[in-house]
Amino acid sequence: MDIIITGLLLGGTYALIAFGLNLQYGVARIMNLANGEFLVLGALAAFWIFVADSISPVLTMLIVAPLSFFGNWVIYKLLLRPLVRRAKNQGQLEVDSILATFGMSFALVGIMVSMHGEYFTYSYLAEPFEIVGETFALNRIVAFCFAVLIGGALWLWLYYTRPGMAMRAVSVSTEASGLVGIDVPRLSALAFALGGAVTTMGGTLISTFITLDASVGVIFTMKALIIIIMGGVGDIRGAIVAALILGLVETTVARLIDPGLTLAAAYAIFVLVLLFRPQGLFGRKPT
Amino acid sequence: MLKRVLKAAAIVASASLLAVSAQAADVIKIGQVAPKSGPLAGGATVTQWPNVELWSKQVNAAGGLNVGGTKMMVEIVEYDDKTNPGEHIKAAQRLAEVDKVDFIVAPYGTGFNLAAAPIYAKYGYPQIAVSAISDKMPELTARYDNLFFTLGNTTSFTDSVIEILTDMRDAGTIGNRVAMVNVADAFGIELAEAARPKIKEAGFDIVYDKSYPLGTPDLSPIIKGAKDSKPDAFVAWSYPPDTFGLTEQAIIQDLDVKMYYTAVATCFPAFKGKFGSKIEGVFGAGGVNQGSPEIQAYFEAHKEMTGKDADAWASANTYVSLEILGQAIEGAGTLDRKAVTQYIKDNTFDTIMGPINFENQISNKYWTVGQWQDGKFRGVKSSQMDGAAPIVAKDGWN
Repeated sequence: MDIIITGLLLGGTYALIAFGLNLQYGVARIMNLANGEFLVLGALAAFWIFVADSISPVLTMLIVAPLSFFGNWVIYKLLLRPLVRRAKNQGQLEVDSILATFGMSFALVGIMVSMHGEYFTYSYLAEPFEIVGETFALNRIVAFCFAVLIGGALWLWLYYTRPGMAMRAVSVSTEASGLVGIDVPRLSALAFALGGAVTTMGGTLISTFITLDASVGVIFTMKALIIIIMGGVGDIRGAIVAALILGLVETTVARLIDPGLTLAAAYAIFVLVLLFRPQGLFGRKPT
Repeated sequence: MLKRVLKAAAIVASASLLAVSAQAADVIKIGQVAPKSGPLAGGATVTQWPNVELWSKQVNAAGGLNVGGTKMMVEIVEYDDKTNPGEHIKAAQRLAEVDKVDFIVAPYGTGFNLAAAPIYAKYGYPQIAVSAISDKMPELTARYDNLFFTLGNTTSFTDSVIEILTDMRDAGTIGNRVAMVNVADAFGIELAEAARPKIKEAGFDIVYDKSYPLGTPDLSPIIKGAKDSKPDAFVAWSYPPDTFGLTEQAIIQDLDVKMYYTAVATCFPAFKGKFGSKIEGVFGAGGVNQGSPEIQAYFEAHKEMTGKDADAWASANTYVSLEILGQAIEGAGTLDRKAVTQYIKDNTFDTIMGPINFENQISNKYWTVGQWQDGKFRGVKSSQMDGAAPIVAKDGWN
């Protein structure tokens, strides 16, 4: 029981890391290597505001989400839209966007180092919370609840609203959805901006229990990439399932076998998925 | 970086047009390559960079260094090695060949000091290493006669922890059960392997002995596992992010041990900033003599000139290494690197940590373990340092 809850909490953390990139890569088709940096930006904002004014990171999250949405929207319009326009095919766009966002990640790291080069560490809700006789960290539970809320909202929106359906259509095929009258450029910008905002929100929540620093973003980008490839690119359900699987497996291995083997176990599962379902758990076979 | 390039270009251009002006000759150029980004940046920003800034400002405020009768200001040329040894070597070469610096500040991190030693030796720069802990020091100093060590070796760090365990057992505070964990990285593995046989030899049972990968996002399984093994003492050979993570979980899970030790970053101001009074009695690597007026004056100057608090360990050692370099330049009365290196070997230096000299290029005066007591991180175990505070047992996480 203890392992299941700890694993679910970790899975929630992983889901927070992966939601944003899933939208950015799945719908907007931008392989955003600076995704982790936006997560760290959220963490930095939470840390700064908490240390200066003891303002709750949850409140910070609500402030930074629209800022990040706007920032990412501008980045997409100014920086990435020209790449999308000139790309002749998906492959070329991927290469271009990887290079552009890779460069952007360095710029962001530089900016954050100049703002705060030390560790972002503070204590928020680092209190014990009991569930069926076992003790868990309250800040992780709060983050998990928000992961559920964010994931649930995204899922409802994508599956039960018209813009959501259009969004899913774009993720299936940009050409075909353009043909049926969907404004693909606008929806892509929206998906990218929304993805950025969700990632930044994840960062503010994660900073309450993981010690980050300005350069750590790439680790989160990689983790997010593994999760969305495991789950199936562009599918929010896949990201949730993959994140929970990773969380549960890592915790089980850490508690029952050896904490030293968590990474090995996570990658073993990743390799298995790639071998037997290369399109991801919820992915569609390429036609 | 771009600024440096432009500056370097400007210097080259002006040098080719004019003869080197007298103004330029009155400056001692000192190079520094250390991480500003990458995994070690968080530590270097606390321990390394502010001290270079503090020392150079203080020297220049006092009118510079007296080199054979001429007062010379110091100018720092700095590069980010991005926590990448390859980048470090490139930047070091650039310091020597393009910037033509007179001296260098030693790198940050054990691996970087070892990786860069051949290149600094090639150019004859005295390398007074601080943030480098290894049991291979005698071999290295025998190979590189410009390399100095000041922060101690692996054995002394593990031995001091075992001494504390033994002291506390003899006093009846703890029993025989020790839980030990380590980060699965060169540093953590080396310390754990050195400590394991010695802890057993001292008659303790290691009831939990696990490692975890660097960057593990959830350390609660480790603390829960350790807690299930009902230890009397908890020892973690940890790096900064996991020092914070393990301690947070220990507080949440109420890991009730009388002896709790985490390694790197326990002495950081941010550690107290995060946990406040809860860390009373926590042991960690490092320490300073909080009762020393020189150290207090240094802490105040550090805060005033850099706007940050120094850590209670290697910050002071880093500052001391620069004091030694400055005194050696003045003592030798020249910018000749060979003469300055020889001067460091032959003399005793008056520093904020007391008189320091080198035996076979190794200083044996350093702190090994400190403990948070009344909100201050005080040195409790050391090699040849005065002012050790008596150890106390940890009494819960309040």
